Amino acid sequence: MGAWLTRHLQNALAALGQLSRAPVATALTVTVIGIALALPAGLLAAVQGAQRVAGSWEDIRDFSVYLKPGKPLEAARDLAREIGKHEAVAETRVVTADDAMAEFTEDPGLGDALRSLGHNPLPHTVVVRPTAQASTASLDALRAKLEARPEVDLVQLDTQWLARLAAILDFVRRAIWIGAALLVAAVIMIVGNTIRLDIQNRRQEIEVSKLLGATDAFVRRPFLYIGFWYGLLGGLVALLLLGAGALVLRPPLERLLQVYGTTLGGFGLPAPAVLAVIAGGLAAGCAGAWIAVGRHLSEIQPRV
Amino acid sequence: MIRLDQITKLYAGGREALRDVTLEISPGELIFLTGHSGAGKSTILKLLALVERPTRGQLLVDGRNVGRLPPADIPAYRRQVGMVFQDHKLLEDRSAFDNVALPLVIAGLTRRDLEKRVRAALDQVGLLDKERQPPRQLSAGEQQRVGIARAVVAHPRLLIADEPTGNLDAELSLEIMQLFRRFNEVGVTMVIATHDLALAGRINGRHVVLHKGQIRSDEPGVRADVRPGS
Repeated sequence: MGAWLTRHLQNALAALGQLSRAPVATALTVTVIGIALALPAGLLAAVQGAQRVAGSWEDIRDFSVYLKPGKPLEAARDLAREIGKHEAVAETRVVTADDAMAEFTEDPGLGDALRSLGHNPLPHTVVVRPTAQASTASLDALRAKLEARPEVDLVQLDTQWLARLAAILDFVRRAIWIGAALLVAAVIMIVGNTIRLDIQNRRQEIEVSKLLGATDAFVRRPFLYIGFWYGLLGGLVALLLLGAGALVLRPPLERLLQVYGTTLGGFGLPAPAVLAVIAGGLAAGCAGAWIAVGRHLSEIQPRV
Repeated sequence: MIRLDQITKLYAGGREALRDVTLEISPGELIFLTGHSGAGKSTILKLLALVERPTRGQLLVDGRNVGRLPPADIPAYRRQVGMVFQDHKLLEDRSAFDNVALPLVIAGLTRRDLEKRVRAALDQVGLLDKERQPPRQLSAGEQQRVGIARAVVAHPRLLIADEPTGNLDAELSLEIMQLFRRFNEVGVTMVIATHDLALAGRINGRHVVLHKGQIRSDEPGVRADVRPGS
């Protein structure tokens, strides 16, 4: 057991030594692997972060009650007071047609169009914020009741866009998983091709070793360790890239989230994701080496 | 005891390299396989190294037909056979020490045992002072001696050599043959293929002459050991 471990340790260190003797080639390969691992890991982390933030917004179940055009502001205020008495409602706020117009005219795309109309087409609106304890059933009942009122034109849930965002994020997440699978396949091919070239370069050594009685496992082992190191170093480079990306993106993201009234909680990869990146690198590196060794070692037979 | 029993070897394309060859090799023997190019000398060595398999016939080692060994068992068999090549087959990026150590690394010896045996082997071929030098810094004769040290370091039961003096001048060739003779005298069984009849004739050993894949003559060694310069 001790000799077995010693042999593996020697092989592992020898493989690391071999990589260190070609620093530029090794750095290039490891960087490519790192980028291939960092891309999907970073995108997945971003999507998961977005899903987390969107999830925190789901507690906000505000909805807007649009009055019919031409209804007076007093009607909106009366309605707001009446809605405010409902047990499921925490607060109400009236957005006047003028306020809405002022807000929309600041928009460079909509402003010109609205001004060209010559009058304000927007209705007064009551924005309703339910209590945290309000049940979906009670809110549905309230909404139905409001929609039935003659002065109300439309009741719109403001959280519908969140549902759409969640659907988009889910789609993007799945697309990233597919991309991740392709990139991991690329890592396997990169490592496999690098090992293939290494096998070709060490053809004489392999031939001589086989002539001297080396088993396939003995010949295979150094190449598997090279794959192991490529995977491990590639994983570490990926983590470095992700860390650097997080440093650069954190300030603008914080500013963006402030606009939406939320804050950036945990940012960066959680510990399981860090382990997953390393494990993914190792698995891809070892798989690439195993495939290359399996394919090409048998082609090299000793000659006398 | 090694026995080639009515062995025929056909290569791809139908070329017949050996035809019904029967040859017994007793423990401790020194056998020279001689003959012209294409006579079948190298084929016999390839069969003994299990680089090639017989097309017909049996290759028996201690009664076991190793000619039909499954591939997984071949490495263990080869670890009992030392091999010396005309082109040395030394690894250029390794020192003489590391080249000689390779069979022991493959056998899984501990570092301490390995160092002791490698130094003993290098001492036997007179290259202990050059153990750190890579092959390119050694002369052709020295390279061949490193190759011989590598072949004997694991104490093989059989040593085979294919034209081991093919690239050496007469003086160095004789020196190498004397080295083989010394190892044979301590019990190593040897089969040496050479086309140099004159050189082989100066060494006391069994001489098997091959011609067109068949044994033309088989004479036991009768001559006394050669003396340097004789």
